[in-house]
Amino acid sequence: MKRVYPDKEYCIGCHLCELACITVHSKSQDLIIAYTQERLEDGLKACKRFQEKGPTCVALSCRHCDDPACVAACISGALQKDPETGATTYDIEKCVGCWSCLMACPYGAIQRHPTLNKIVKCDLCRDREGGPACVAACPNMALKFEER
Amino acid sequence: MTYVIIGNGVASVGAIEGIRRLDHEGTIVVLGNEHVPAYGRPLISYLLAGKIGPERLNLRSDDFYRRMCVDLRLNTTATAIDTKKKTVTTNKGETIPYDRLLIATGGVPFNPPIPGADGSGVYNFTTLDHAQALIAAAKKMKRAVVIGGGLIGLKAAESLFDRGVDVTILELSSRVLSAAFDENAGRLAARRLAETGIGVRCGVTAKEIHRDDKGGIIGVLTTDGMFVPCEAVVVAIGVVPNSKLAKDAGIKTDRGVQVDDSLQTSAKGVFAAGDVAQARDMITEDNRVVPIWPNAYNQGYYAGRNMAGAKESYEGGLAMNSISFYGLPTISVGQVNPPKPEDYEIAIHLDEKRQIYRKLVFKDDRLIGYVLVGEIDNAGMYTSFIKFRMPIPAETKRALMHGEPGVFLWPEQVFDKTWNPAGADK
Repeated sequence: MKRVYPDKEYCIGCHLCELACITVHSKSQDLIIAYTQERLEDGLKACKRFQEKGPTCVALSCRHCDDPACVAACISGALQKDPETGATTYDIEKCVGCWSCLMACPYGAIQRHPTLNKIVKCDLCRDREGGPACVAACPNMALKFEER
Repeated sequence: MTYVIIGNGVASVGAIEGIRRLDHEGTIVVLGNEHVPAYGRPLISYLLAGKIGPERLNLRSDDFYRRMCVDLRLNTTATAIDTKKKTVTTNKGETIPYDRLLIATGGVPFNPPIPGADGSGVYNFTTLDHAQALIAAAKKMKRAVVIGGGLIGLKAAESLFDRGVDVTILELSSRVLSAAFDENAGRLAARRLAETGIGVRCGVTAKEIHRDDKGGIIGVLTTDGMFVPCEAVVVAIGVVPNSKLAKDAGIKTDRGVQVDDSLQTSAKGVFAAGDVAQARDMITEDNRVVPIWPNAYNQGYYAGRNMAGAKESYEGGLAMNSISFYGLPTISVGQVNPPKPEDYEIAIHLDEKRQIYRKLVFKDDRLIGYVLVGEIDNAGMYTSFIKFRMPIPAETKRALMHGEPGVFLWPEQVFDKTWNPAGADK
């Protein structure tokens, strides 16, 4: 399956991927409203985990593992493996906010939602034509969406 | 190929998903002794607390068994295994032949003999039926005593309290959560419960359950001579592997059903997974019963794959618990109470006032366990160091001790392999 691969050699730490992520996952689908309103009022949050050390940086997100530790740990059935697409899917309605996935995922790819008792996790922008918005927004090709 | 799975908990679901990754043709028969499809067992505390309705319990969608081509037989208990004839008999008089069998019978509550325990008003809290019985009973009771201050006992207490019941927890050892968490985390959790109004009493347990003339419970006499009035008692001391079926079939058992690195038991073609299995542990590197949810799924999953012909070694379970008490999140992974603390390096950060706690346990140059209370957002990043057995040089150790784990502390090759493996264009 196609996955998002971040390359720390090319990441310039501009956070544009995060902005693209919150826009595509916003109600308004508008960057300015998403950033100035929904982020503060609804706890809208990018599924990226940005890491930096000195001049090096990288934006990480769910790897959609073949054998995901989060699915094994999920007590509610909110996290599952889609047998057709291979994606690790998240059903926010089923989630009870037990944080088992956050503990089990050794990639730190799962975050707590800022205001809800839910998690935030990459869904590969499944509803977006053309694949993940973060990849499209990256100005330096540090994020690639491909089969490896 | 016919697969028979005895049990319908999370290990069973893991096994179904494991088998179907490799074998789309074989017949899978699942025997479940409850009346419902697999559900999120830990969710029964959410159900009892009234946080979720019964419609949210199912672990998989309604069409899961159909999609996976599973013959699910509910209300069906396996009564015997014949490992020579390769058959399972059930309480319904069926004899089911198998090529591969999985024993995933889980655990059963441990109920010590307590005078007065026989009769109405005494509950366990490990199944949906238990939860529903408690929901019905909670309408009529004002006070309850929970015997056992482990994870199940504390969640039962919290959930009953949310139903308006006055609850007292009795814990025989000196602190709550003694098995899964350490002393500081146990104290913070107990404090949070006590602040909300739940009675937490350590160092005592129930000596006798007292009843009136009609047999109704009126209270519990404790080992220190106190009388705690109540109308119901929840016994939550622990679960023990439900291994009788395996033992009666001549399959090797110790504390649980013994399995090898492929999760196969002493009987060829018979595997075991979940709370009934005594399987490899990643940290201690021996075989033990660690009855926790992720281990059960993973053991089921890898047993399923091996039943379907994969020849894979189970990497071993990693003890882990994540549980919140009235909004105070707590996480415990790996070895957090080392038997000889002097042989380990233990780093502690405790902020009692803000109820934030972090404990890291190092052995030689590895992280082998941690506890987080309050601030848990970086949990997975600590887990990575344990799970991938990454060596921890001094600089990395300092960062971890300061609560700053991150992927740039990983060895370069682990980082590249994980995040940016060589692709088609390289």
